[in-house]
Amino acid sequence: MTSNFLKASVGLAAVFCLAACSDGGSASSGSGGTDTADDGEVVRINLDPYPSTYQPMSSGTTLIQNATIFDGLGGQVDDGDVLIEDGLIAAVGQDLDVPDGATVIDAAGRYVTPGVIDIHSHLGVYPSPGVGAHSDGNEATQPVTAEVWAEHSVWPQDPGFEAALAGGVTTLHVLPGSANLFGGRGVTLRNVSGRTVQEMKFPDAPYTLKMACGENPSRVYGNRGSSPATDMGNMAGYRAAWQRASDYRDDWQEYWDAAEAGEDASPPRRDLELDTMMGVLEGEVLVQMHCYRADQMAQIMDLAREFDYQVTTFHHAVEAYKIPDLLAENGACVAVWADWGGFKMEAYDSIRENLALSHANGACAMIHSDSSGGIQRLNQEIAKALADGRRAGIEISEAEAWTWVANNPATALGIADQTGSLQPGLRGDVVLWSGNPFSVYTRADQVWIDGAMAYNRSEENTQPVRDFMLGQPGEGDQ
Amino acid sequence: MKRLLSALAVTALTATSALAQTYAVTNGRVVTNTDAGIIEGGTVVIRDGDILAIGANVTVPAGATVIDADGGWVTPGIFAPYTQLGLIEVALESSTNDAGAGDSEYSVALDVADSFNPAGTHIPSTRIEGVTRAALYPSTGFNLFGGHGALVSMSGAADSLFETGSFVYADLSQSGAGTAGGSRSAAWTFLEAAFGDAAGFMGRFSAHHHGDALDRYDAAALVPVVRGQLPLVINVDRAADIRRAIRFRNEHPPVRMIIQGGAEAWMVADELAAAGIPVLMDPIRNLPGSFDSLGSTLAAASRLHDAGVTVAYTTETADGYFNARLLAQHAGNAVAHGVSWDDAFAAITLVPAQIYGVDTRYGALASGYAGDVVVWDGDPLEVMSAPTHVLIDGQETDMESRQTMLRDRYMDITDETPFAYRR
Repeated sequence: MTSNFLKASVGLAAVFCLAACSDGGSASSGSGGTDTADDGEVVRINLDPYPSTYQPMSSGTTLIQNATIFDGLGGQVDDGDVLIEDGLIAAVGQDLDVPDGATVIDAAGRYVTPGVIDIHSHLGVYPSPGVGAHSDGNEATQPVTAEVWAEHSVWPQDPGFEAALAGGVTTLHVLPGSANLFGGRGVTLRNVSGRTVQEMKFPDAPYTLKMACGENPSRVYGNRGSSPATDMGNMAGYRAAWQRASDYRDDWQEYWDAAEAGEDASPPRRDLELDTMMGVLEGEVLVQMHCYRADQMAQIMDLAREFDYQVTTFHHAVEAYKIPDLLAENGACVAVWADWGGFKMEAYDSIRENLALSHANGACAMIHSDSSGGIQRLNQEIAKALADGRRAGIEISEAEAWTWVANNPATALGIADQTGSLQPGLRGDVVLWSGNPFSVYTRADQVWIDGAMAYNRSEENTQPVRDFMLGQPGEGDQ
Repeated sequence: MKRLLSALAVTALTATSALAQTYAVTNGRVVTNTDAGIIEGGTVVIRDGDILAIGANVTVPAGATVIDADGGWVTPGIFAPYTQLGLIEVALESSTNDAGAGDSEYSVALDVADSFNPAGTHIPSTRIEGVTRAALYPSTGFNLFGGHGALVSMSGAADSLFETGSFVYADLSQSGAGTAGGSRSAAWTFLEAAFGDAAGFMGRFSAHHHGDALDRYDAAALVPVVRGQLPLVINVDRAADIRRAIRFRNEHPPVRMIIQGGAEAWMVADELAAAGIPVLMDPIRNLPGSFDSLGSTLAAASRLHDAGVTVAYTTETADGYFNARLLAQHAGNAVAHGVSWDDAFAAITLVPAQIYGVDTRYGALASGYAGDVVVWDGDPLEVMSAPTHVLIDGQETDMESRQTMLRDRYMDITDETPFAYRR
C-alpha cells in the first residue's frame, strides 16, 4: 500500500495493520482472514485481502498545447499547455517547452480537463445486458450486510465501462444498491479494461461503506413483514448495528492493548460485517449514504454524532438545497443529479438548481450519475446544473463548476491527492474535448489514464471493446 | 380518432379576452420547420390562438403584446411523442400512478384520456422547458395491448386533451412475449387472433361475448386499427422482431404501423423506409440493456435518418413523465453523433406531429398553425439554453412550476422568515 493509505492510518497502526506489515502474515485462521496468533504474536486483521493488481498501460510523454484548461480545482488557463510525463501530470501553464520525444497535440479551440470522476455508479454490479444473472448489486436478504463487497460482484466485461470512457470518465466508484441499511463496501475503480476486477481497482483508494436512508430499505423489508418497515425502524436498525460495531471495536482494542503489553489474551471472534463498520469508526472506511430528504439527512448527521463517525457524502440528496448550512457544519458532502427526481415521494421535491444552490450556500457538492447512461454525459449534467444556477442568479464560473466532476468527487473518495485535478505529480488522468465541454455538441476526443491513451475517438484500435460485445450486432459501435 | 375542441372552436364558443389577444414575438432567430427555413431577425404574429404572420418584415399590429426575443431563438413548441405526462405523479406510489391497469379485464378499449390529469405538477415543469404538446401512452396490463393513446397540450387547462383515440399501443417485444404466454410466437399468434376478432366484429360476437383473443368490447375497440383508421404503435427492439412487424403490416392492409423502441431499427432501416413505417426512438440509447437491444448505438439516429426513415425522438432511457422535458438534450446528442440540426429539431417538433397526423396544426411556425411558440435564450438543443417564454394556442403561459416555487423558497437560507411562510 502506498503513502496515501498509510497517511490516513497514522495513529491507527497499532490497531489496523496492512498485509505488508511485519507482524502480519499470510496464513489465515479458520475465521477467514485473521492472521494467526503464532508464538505469541499479536493477531492483526488483514485490511487488504483483495489487493489491486492495476498496472497502467504504457505511455509516453504528451504535450497538449493551446487549449482552454479547467484544472479541476476551479482554475482556468486560457491558451494553455498540459504536459503528461511518466504517467503523471508534469506541468500546466502557457508556452511550456517541448520535451524531447514528446507527442505534441495542438488543441487550439479545444478544452482540456482532468478526467471525469463518477462517485455513484453501478457499472459492473448491474451490468448490461440487465439479465437476471447480472442482478448483482443488492444483497437484499437482510437489512445489515456490511460484510458484502461490491468488488466481489463487479463483472469487468460490462460494456458500460467503455461507454463511460467515451464520455471522459477515468475513475468511478461502484456501490452496492440501496435496498439495505448497510449495503456493503463500495470500490473505486480505474476505468480501464481488465480480465479481473483486481486489475481495475484504484490502488490505495480508501474503502467505502454504502448505507441507505428512507423508502428503499423500509419498502424492501416492510413488504416482507420484517424490520425495518418505517423510517423509525431504519433508525433503530442503524443504531443497533452501530452499537454492535462499537462494542466489537472495544473488544479488539482491549485485546490489542493486552496483547501488546505481553499479557495472555485471546482475540475476539472475527465478524466480517463488524470489520467494515469498525473501519468507519476508525475513520478508515468512508460512509457514502443514499439519502434524499433534508430531514432524513439531519437525522443521520445526529446518528453519526451519537456513534462518533463521519458521513462523507450523502448521495442523491435531492433536498440538499434545503439544508446547505447543516451539511457545511457537519462537513458532509452531497452528490446529486442535475434534474432527476419525482419517481418516489422522497424525490418529489427535486429542483434543477439543487447542485448550484447547495454549492453556493456552502455545501461541498458534486454531480453523480447512478446510471449507465448518465455517466456517459456528466459534462452535460453539470452544464445543465450550472445554467440553471446562473438563471437563478448564482454566479459560478465554468472552471468552478468543473470541480463537480473532478476535485470534489475525488475528495469525497479520499483520492484527491492522486487524481481529480491537473496538479503536477498527480496521475495523468486527462480528457481532451472537441470543444467546450459545457456544450451538448462536444465530445471527448482523447482520454488518458495514467498518461496512457485509453480512448481516441478517431482511432478504432484505441477504443476498447469488452468481451461481451464481440460478435454481437453492436460490436465497436458507441 | 376524435378531435376535441380546437383552439379555434374554443374561441368561437367562448371568445375569451385572453384568446382574443394578439402577440408579436420580435427580434428572433425564427425556426419555422417549413420551406422558409430559419428567418434571422424575424417576427411571429399570433392572433386568436393561431399564427397569423411570420417573416423578417412583418409589421407588428397595433395593440399587440410584444415579446422581444432579444436575439434569441423562436421555435415551434416541442412535441413529445411518447410520454406518460399527467398519468403519473409519483411513479412508485401506485395511488398516483394511472398509467397501466394490470388487473383490468379490458385492454384495447382502455382510453388513456380517462387517466390524464392536466393538473399534474410535472406538466408545468415540462412546459417551462419548451414542451407544448405530447402523445400519451398507456402501459400494458394483462395482455399485450395497452389501450388507446391521446394527444395533449401542456397548457394544464381543462381542455388540454386535444385529441383522443389517437392510436392503439401494443407490446410485441420480449416483455410482450412474456405477457402473451412466454414466447414471441405466442405474442404474434395473439395479435393475429385479436385482429381476427376485430375483423369479424360484430358477427363473431352475435352469440358470444368472447372471441378468439378479445372480448366483445376490446374487439370493437380494435376495429379502427384493423381498418387503418388508427395507427397501431408496436413496441419492439430486436431487428428480427421489427421485420416480423413489417411482415404483419404487409399481411394486414390497410393497417398503419408505428415502431416504438426500435433499438435495432437501424439494422432494418431500408426495409422500414420502404414500408413507410415511422420509428419512435431514443437517440442516446446505446447500451445493450437486454439481448433484444444488442445493436443499440449512438449512431442509430443518424443511420435511420440517412436511410430515409421517418424518426421522432423519445426520452425512453430516462422516463416519459418527469424527463420528457429532456427531449432537447437527447436531440442535441443526436446532432453530436451525426444528425443534422434540422433533422434533430424536426424529430422533436414537426415529425411527431406528422406521425400522429396533426402536422397541419402543430410542429411548425406558419400562418394558420396553432400558436405554440417558444422563445429561447439560445440554441434550443444546447444544454445550457432554456425558454424565456412559452405560448400555447396563442396564449402566454406561466413560467412557474412547483419546482421553481421550492427553489425560490430556499434561495436565501439566511432570511429569518420561517420557510413555510415564504410564498
